[in-house]
Amino acid sequence: MSIKEIFNTMDYGTAPENSSVAKAWLQHKNNSFEHYINGQWQSPSDNKYFASKNPVNNETLAQVADGNVADVDMAVKAAQKAQKAWYALGGHQRAKYLYALARQIQKHSRLFSVLETLDNGKPIRESRDIDIPLVARHFYHHAGWAQLMDSELPNAEPLGVVGQIIPWNFPLLMLAWKVAPALAMGNTIVLKPAEFTSATAVLFAQVCDEIGLPKGVFNLVLGDGKAGQAIVEHQDIAKIAFTGSTAVGRLIRQATAGTGKKLSLELGGKSAFMVFEDADLDSVVEGVVDAIWFNQGQVCCAGSRLLVQESINDKFIAKLKARMDKLVIGDSLDKNVDMGAVIDQSQLTTIKKMVQMGIDDGASLYQCGAELPENGCFYPPTLLTDVEPASTVAQQEIFGPILVAMTFRTPKEAVQIANNSRYGLAASIWSENINLALDIAPQVKAGVVWVNCTNMFDAAAGFGGYRESGFGREGGKEGLYEYVKESWQSQLSTISPTKNKTISKAVSKNKTASTQSIDSTAKLYIGGKQVRPDSGYSLPVYDANGVQIAEVPDGSRKDIRNAVEAANKATGWTNTSGHNRAQVLYFIAENLSARQAEFCQRISQLTGKNAKDAELEFNLAISRIFTWAAWCDKYDGQIHQVPTRAVSLAMKEAMGNIAIVAPEEAGFIGMISTIMPAIALGNRVIFVPSEQSALLATDFYQVLNTSDLPAGVINIITGDRDGLTDTLAKHYDIEGFWYWGTIEGSKQVEFEAAATMKRTWVNNGKVFDWYNNEQAQSELFLRNCVEIKNIWVPYGA
Amino acid sequence: MSQDNKVKSTHIERNPGMDFTPSLFTHININRSAVERRAATLGKRRSVKKHHQAAWLLKAITFIDLTTLAGDDTPGKVKRLCQKAKHPVRQDIIQALNVEDLNITTGAVCVYHNMITTAVESLKNTGIPVAAVSTGFPAGQTPLNIKLSEIEASVASGAKEIDIVISREKVLTGDWQAIYDEVKAYRKACKDAHLKTILATGELATLTNVAKASWVCMMAGADFIKTSTGKESVNATLEFSLVMVRAIREYFELTGYKIGYKPAGGIQTAKQAIEYMILMKEELGNDWLTPELFRFGASSLLGDIERQLEHHLTGSYSASYRHAMS
Repeated sequence: MSIKEIFNTMDYGTAPENSSVAKAWLQHKNNSFEHYINGQWQSPSDNKYFASKNPVNNETLAQVADGNVADVDMAVKAAQKAQKAWYALGGHQRAKYLYALARQIQKHSRLFSVLETLDNGKPIRESRDIDIPLVARHFYHHAGWAQLMDSELPNAEPLGVVGQIIPWNFPLLMLAWKVAPALAMGNTIVLKPAEFTSATAVLFAQVCDEIGLPKGVFNLVLGDGKAGQAIVEHQDIAKIAFTGSTAVGRLIRQATAGTGKKLSLELGGKSAFMVFEDADLDSVVEGVVDAIWFNQGQVCCAGSRLLVQESINDKFIAKLKARMDKLVIGDSLDKNVDMGAVIDQSQLTTIKKMVQMGIDDGASLYQCGAELPENGCFYPPTLLTDVEPASTVAQQEIFGPILVAMTFRTPKEAVQIANNSRYGLAASIWSENINLALDIAPQVKAGVVWVNCTNMFDAAAGFGGYRESGFGREGGKEGLYEYVKESWQSQLSTISPTKNKTISKAVSKNKTASTQSIDSTAKLYIGGKQVRPDSGYSLPVYDANGVQIAEVPDGSRKDIRNAVEAANKATGWTNTSGHNRAQVLYFIAENLSARQAEFCQRISQLTGKNAKDAELEFNLAISRIFTWAAWCDKYDGQIHQVPTRAVSLAMKEAMGNIAIVAPEEAGFIGMISTIMPAIALGNRVIFVPSEQSALLATDFYQVLNTSDLPAGVINIITGDRDGLTDTLAKHYDIEGFWYWGTIEGSKQVEFEAAATMKRTWVNNGKVFDWYNNEQAQSELFLRNCVEIKNIWVPYGA
Repeated sequence: MSQDNKVKSTHIERNPGMDFTPSLFTHININRSAVERRAATLGKRRSVKKHHQAAWLLKAITFIDLTTLAGDDTPGKVKRLCQKAKHPVRQDIIQALNVEDLNITTGAVCVYHNMITTAVESLKNTGIPVAAVSTGFPAGQTPLNIKLSEIEASVASGAKEIDIVISREKVLTGDWQAIYDEVKAYRKACKDAHLKTILATGELATLTNVAKASWVCMMAGADFIKTSTGKESVNATLEFSLVMVRAIREYFELTGYKIGYKPAGGIQTAKQAIEYMILMKEELGNDWLTPELFRFGASSLLGDIERQLEHHLTGSYSASYRHAMS
């Protein structure tokens, strides 16, 4: 076109980014990607490769090593060998390496960007302005954490070798999110990128080589699910960090159950984008663009469910459609495109199928009218209106540029619809009323909440989900805990195989030498009431000499069901102030104190402890209640230092319902030490006491009854631990599970929790020293009590 | 290329204004951070290269209100300015770009009242309008009757466009009715001359006030809304512009009248000019990429555009002495 013609049409034309340097780099690699193990480029042991393509034009970029079990094993061995020395370097030396990585990535930022775009299909604007700068930021930030590890995490030590499996949607950014904190905390790494996108990981390995990162500290194994599985199953890996689909996350949870591997999962989402009637609608429209047409909608936290207040719905949807018509789709290397290609033909097929499903369910379709390139995996920005929560497209993650829109009438209903999802990754709230926005933010079940913004990320702020969006956080101080353990944890001894007394369902009492003057009837404690077990059976309780002294109810699955229902009604406890909760805890301690003699006698009776030791245990329990009462209003959140003009609140929210299966060997102090932190921070508890000391639990509810504890906050179910554990682990309405017991039991809990993605904290058959405050009052308790929600609130008059 | 995408140069029907209707703007609440984010990415989501860049820069010249507003302006200075308005780009560059028949001139020449006669005389038979700043420009702290006589005098002297300043005091005290009344009076005084209302955005404290002031001026019959006098400490920005053009869009959707937009002050580079044009195209569409609806208030912008055009032709970076001064 001539200048004169353009003067009249005022078209943009194209603005292609030059890819010659990236292509030269690919050629320099002989268009072949190898593993990087122990500081060496390594061919796959069986010499198999697969092709990696540019989704924009289906051209093959490189042949990629198809990693196998032997390759992974070699990488793990290298990482293991390197780990001690890497940690021993000290925080400052590690910080220097991380800083060097950050600098090197910045120096080659354009090569990284272009390569990412070629490999993934995302617009160059995004890889250039968002992905790669965030990668560098992540290494800078975590260089700082390496430097500060000793002072800021004084009891922490590295886990060892960590296995990291990352997705294809933000290849290098997800690598950075995983690699930077792991290295900072002194771990070594075996990382596998997604099979579709290995290029920038290979370039990153090259950078590691260039800066002289010690051999074996970062190992890269390329490949598909086979290599991933080999990492997950490798016995010398201490932790798995995975970002990807919920389905695969679940398999990993099951595969690692009982192995003692630490696990963090960042999975799918169906995040709500809530527009209230007083929002700045033109700004909201841009927010939607950034929410769902960013990275072709292939974003786990994409705002894919648009919830608009009915009063402004028509006006807003009209604005949104007008904006959609301005979007440009095309060659990802063109600086003028808003959307590039989706990752692969298979993804394109899925997207088309899902959209058709939505239309079949009655949705109205609106698509950006822009021309799509003929070849390549392109799909237009799409809006489905007239969608109801019952529609499949409103529930399932599509992972494409598809926005489904619904309306709500009131703020309350907005929250209900937002939370009507099995996922809980992110949410966006748009309102110019700070009272409204800050009222909604805590009510939304999501790990990240963006007020009047969306898809904001930073190394200093935590990111991660609630519910089936996974667990664990990446970024911020909270993200570091995924890569460390407390030093005492590695010194715990393994439980001696418990010789559980053979318990039979007693039909007749064999009661002798009772210390009670009146026959006592222990019951279950559910919803603040003493209730008989649904089963109608009881179990005998023996004293230290093996003499049966009483009976406790044989709780069953229905009692668990009732207990969870009671706990669900006790949300007032979660929402009340820490100050109020503290008063109740102190009051429990006071009322328990008043019955010291009785409890000490019971401890002696059940454990054979002498009076002095019983008193010691009792007094420690009182002190421990005080400790957790003290924490009620002191486990503060944080305000993260993100590099934008925003308050980024890391709010600690109670998990919700926590099931606790008490340490069998720890009796009274075990019960107090586990229940109290959970309720102190606002959780409701379903407690399964140790079988041996069940009577102490049933005695204890009498104290609770007199201590102003609201009904349903603590529910006590006595009975067969293994059976109750099974029901609790599978229950969908329980958010957290703390388990002290055998290795087998720990495995059972982790395995069964995979379906619900509840947060588990198991002891893997290790014995805690409940008399040691470092362990029994560890911050681990606090951390396992809460979800951290990061709320971003940009401001400006 | 569809017909819709072409820049239309049809005659724009003048905005007659409407009754003062507070319900159209009292609810407005602009989110500054979100506006800043959009402004920051606008110039990164779109870029124009090579031939397109040259065409866009030529177009930018037609948007310029070539301006001199200084205490030491003399007829000699103004004549030089008018010459530059008529021949904004060196003839050999125009020829090399093969755009002689586009007859590129600036959009207007903008001066103080006392210089109108000189400017009108210099621009005779060129079709380039003379714009005059008015109403006690830049502070606007003079009595209303004097402001009105100033407009009438300028129109009588041959100004086709009147750039007035609104009373910032009335914005800051929330007296929107008073602003409506004064702008309506200015419009009446302008008769056939076009009315550009300067909001002095840098003195309105909030983006919300900028949006509300835009609405009130449009309701009162403004033909253009304009950011700044160039004399405030903060002048045109992409953020102010976003807020103002979005108001223009809604006013158009409501009434069917297209209001023009003029950012002024601080726009000095070709790159900035293109960013503003991208903003207009993205937020309002090609219809607004015409001098009838879009102007730059600028004095040094033209020089940078000339250098960029020469660079486009030669591949060598140009120097300002190679282009005629104004």
